[in-house]
Parts: sequence; C-alpha cells; structure tokens
Amino acid sequence: MRVVITIIGHDQVGIVAMVSTALAQHSVNILDINQNIINGFFNMVMIADMAGAGISLKDLQQLLKAKAEPMGLEIKVQHEDIFKIMHTV
Amino acid sequence: MLSVQDILETNRMIAENNLDVRTITMGISLRDCGHPDVKIFCRNIYEKITRAAERLVQTGEDIEAEYGIPIINKRIAVTPIAIVAESCRTDSYVAVAEAMDAAAKTVGVNFIGGFSALVEKGYTKGDEILIRSIPEALARTERVCSSVNLGSTKAGINMNCVREMGHIIKRIAELTSDRDAIGCAKLVVFTNVPEDNPFMAGAFHGVGEAETTINVGVSGPGVVKRALEEVRGQDFGAVAETIKRTAFKITRVGQLVAQEASRRLGVPFGIIDLSLAPTPAVGDSVAYILEEMGLESCGAPGTTAALAILNDAVKKGGLMASSFVGGLSGAFIPVSEDAGMIAAVERGSLTLEKLEAMTCVCSVGLDMIAVPGDTSAATISAIIADEAAIGMINNKTTAVRIIPVPGKKVGDQVEFGGLLGHSPIMKVNSFRSDDFIARGGRIPAPIRSLTN
Repeated sequence: MRVVITIIGHDQVGIVAMVSTALAQHSVNILDINQNIINGFFNMVMIADMAGAGISLKDLQQLLKAKAEPMGLEIKVQHEDIFKIMHTV
Repeated sequence: MLSVQDILETNRMIAENNLDVRTITMGISLRDCGHPDVKIFCRNIYEKITRAAERLVQTGEDIEAEYGIPIINKRIAVTPIAIVAESCRTDSYVAVAEAMDAAAKTVGVNFIGGFSALVEKGYTKGDEILIRSIPEALARTERVCSSVNLGSTKAGINMNCVREMGHIIKRIAELTSDRDAIGCAKLVVFTNVPEDNPFMAGAFHGVGEAETTINVGVSGPGVVKRALEEVRGQDFGAVAETIKRTAFKITRVGQLVAQEASRRLGVPFGIIDLSLAPTPAVGDSVAYILEEMGLESCGAPGTTAALAILNDAVKKGGLMASSFVGGLSGAFIPVSEDAGMIAAVERGSLTLEKLEAMTCVCSVGLDMIAVPGDTSAATISAIIADEAAIGMINNKTTAVRIIPVPGKKVGDQVEFGGLLGHSPIMKVNSFRSDDFIARGGRIPAPIRSLTN
C-alpha cells in the first residue's frame, strides 16, 4: 500500500528530518518527495510505500500527528487511492 | 505517478470546499421478520438490524481516517414497515418505530429510514395502520424516518392519501410543537419514489433489493461553486463542462468509499446516488452555485434554467465515474439545509411558487419548507397534489417535506438544529383548495404511462 503524506506549516529546521526519521524507524520506504517554500510557508508532498512497514496506517497517522503538532505543522497521511481514483479514469 | 497539483487539489476540495461523502446507507431486508405477535416482531427486527449493521459505523470511520475523506452520516434503510408488519395482530405500529429507534441507537447511526408505506393505488390493512401511526411514531422516536409514496407515473395519484397526509402532517406538527414541529422534518411524501435512495428522510430498502446492500450518497456543492469561479463570464458550454468534470471527481470518491465499505462489510454494493446535497454550513450551498452562474439571488428569473444545467451536468459527469447509479441522483434544494436558500428566502427572492417550478428540473421537490402554523390540512394536501402531479406527468421523483410550525407566522424563524438547519417561515398562497381536496379518489395514470 502506498500513502501520500502532506505537510503544511511555518518553515523551520528539521521538518524533513522529523518525518523521514519516523518513516525509517518503521520501515516505510519513501518513493518521492516534493517540497517547496512559498512566502515562508513550508509545503511538502511525500509518497511512501508501506509494503514492508512495521506499522499500520492508523498508527502512522497518530505517530506523525503527535510529532508534527508541537512544531505547529499540519500533517496528513492518506491512502493514495483517493487521489488516483479522482484524477484518473 | 500522482502529480503534486492533483494531490493538493483533492485536499483543498476536502479542507476548503466541504467535499465529503454525505452518507453510507446500509439497506437491510426485514422480510423474514414477520410474526403475528408484535412484541416478537419488534424483537426480530431489532436483532436483525443490530446484527447486520453491527460494524457499519466503525467501518465508515475507518475508511474516513484511511483516505482522509469525511463521511458525514452512516445510516440504515429497512423494508417498508407497512409490508413487513402487516401480519402483526395490532392496530398500531408505534412500538415498531420504537424498536427501530432502539436498534439505531445501539449501532450508532443517526437516522433509520423505512417507517414507510407504498400506497399509490390504495391502502392495504398494513398501510392504513402505518400511516395512522406516523404522528405518534415520529413524536416518540428520535432517529426514525418515515415516507409515504402516494403517486406514480404508472398508477396515478392516490388522492385519498393526499387528503389524509395533510391531516397527518398537521398532527405531527401538533405532537412535536415543543420542538418547532421537528417531527415533520422526518416525513417525506413521494411520487415515483426510488427504492434505493440512501438519503434521509426518504430512504427505505425496496422490495426488489437484495438481503442487504450498501448505497452511497455523494455531495460537494462547495466544490462545484469553487470550480465555476474559474469560468466566470464564459458561455454555458464552459459551465456545463466544468460541472461535469467536477461531478466526475466527486463521484469517483463516492465510488471508492462504496467499494471499500462493501468489501469490508461483506455486503453487496448497490448504487451511488449522484446528488449535490447541501448543508447549512457556509460554502456548502446549491443556491450559491446558481448565483455563481450569474443570478443576483436564488429565485431570480433564470433560476430554473440554471438549476436544469446544474442537475443535468452533475448526472453526465457522475455517470462515467460510477459503475452503478441510482437513488434520487440530482441536485437537492432543501430550504432550511442550505445557507444560500435561507438567505434568498429572507431577502424575498425565493418563493414557494418558484421552488415548485425548480422541482420540475431537479431531484426531489419542496424540501424542508417551514410554513405558518395556521396553514390548513387541505392546503398542505393541495401542495402535495401539485408536486405529485409534476412527478407523475414528468416521470420523475418529486417529494414534499413541509413543516407547518404551530404558533409561527411568515417572517418568524425556526431552528431545527444540526444538518436540518434553520429556516424563515415562508408565505403560502392563502386562497383555499378545500373542495378540490375533499373529492378524494384517484387521479388516473397519465397517457405517458402507457409505454408498452
């Protein structure tokens, strides 16, 4: 299963490190990262593969949320199918 | 590979434009629950509903979390009670409604539909008992929804039932007068009722349906409004195309949710209902879409044409996105549940007569209309007759959900709360229709019913 992770918030040191460390610890493989900063706002969209992951999607959502909230970041982890089904016939 | 733009667009639709799946509705057949003893019958239906829908709410919540798409309601529709309770030796089905209510509370759904009767040609014994039980049933329960189908293109209109429903609606209003007649918001009077509609208050599990089924109602007026902002000033070809593209995206999400719910629950997928269902939340309004097309206020001349374009384009876009489409499938125009409709009534641009015209080109009909408490039963019946005639002649579903609020006059406000919203009391034509309604009998099926 592939998931899409989106993060939005004020730019600061360590956002990518926080997410990628958490993913690595639970064997979630990052496939693609797209990141930019617009007017001081950090935007990142990451696609990751959970095929070999040692964590469920629900637990990953909770874990990343708990790490992102103290940094003032909004983070979403969603099954990629919602995006695929909406934008492809 | 997914593009970043597509991902951000989907999440913007959800976060900013109120994209959601309005309801996952599980249809449950109660045809095997019949028993002469009403107590045993009630126990049978309680057990069947709570067993069949045990995992419905949890499954809905799991899908919601996994895909990040809000699923607003999880609901249940059952076989019309007038049919399944008919063999009970009793003169009231109020206890049956209470058993449905208890089952709904146990499994955690906010509404259960199917306290219903199909009487377009006439009453059976069960239909008669059910219809007379409606006022008390709706007053004594919280989550039970009721519907009566009293007309069809094939059968004509049962004018005896039309007459009786005026009195039934007045009685419900009296019995729930302490709560602004909210009982009336849980009763829909239909013509050409669909048997797989997932939306309340009119959902029930039709007699031609499978043992259990999953039907899903999509939504997303805010998403359509937002998309139309991009084509301001362009011609109607561009408007229709934009709505179609947006409806496709909205419906694909509904299809995904329906398939997942069906698979996880082990219940066959029935249909997607392609409806734009508004809520009272700002930015979730069908009226705002019509205004975005260039109308100063919903109800202005041109509103019916705008609604026709919207309704048709939603279907064209949605059809391609789903393998099975059914239910009501069209834009809803409930007054109290749509911030733009409420505003249009308040500023005087939207009247009952204009709403009636609008019902010729969209799904359902006069929906969530609050009227003065002194509106007579005959006038309510006559309003129902007009809507039924539109449905019968045009071979489409029409419905009336009207709320005569005791003690309230034109210009007063009523508050139903939650998704039912609030509404100004609307003016009703004060000329009388008593002698017309007193006739009774049946309006014969129209010539267009003879299609064989």
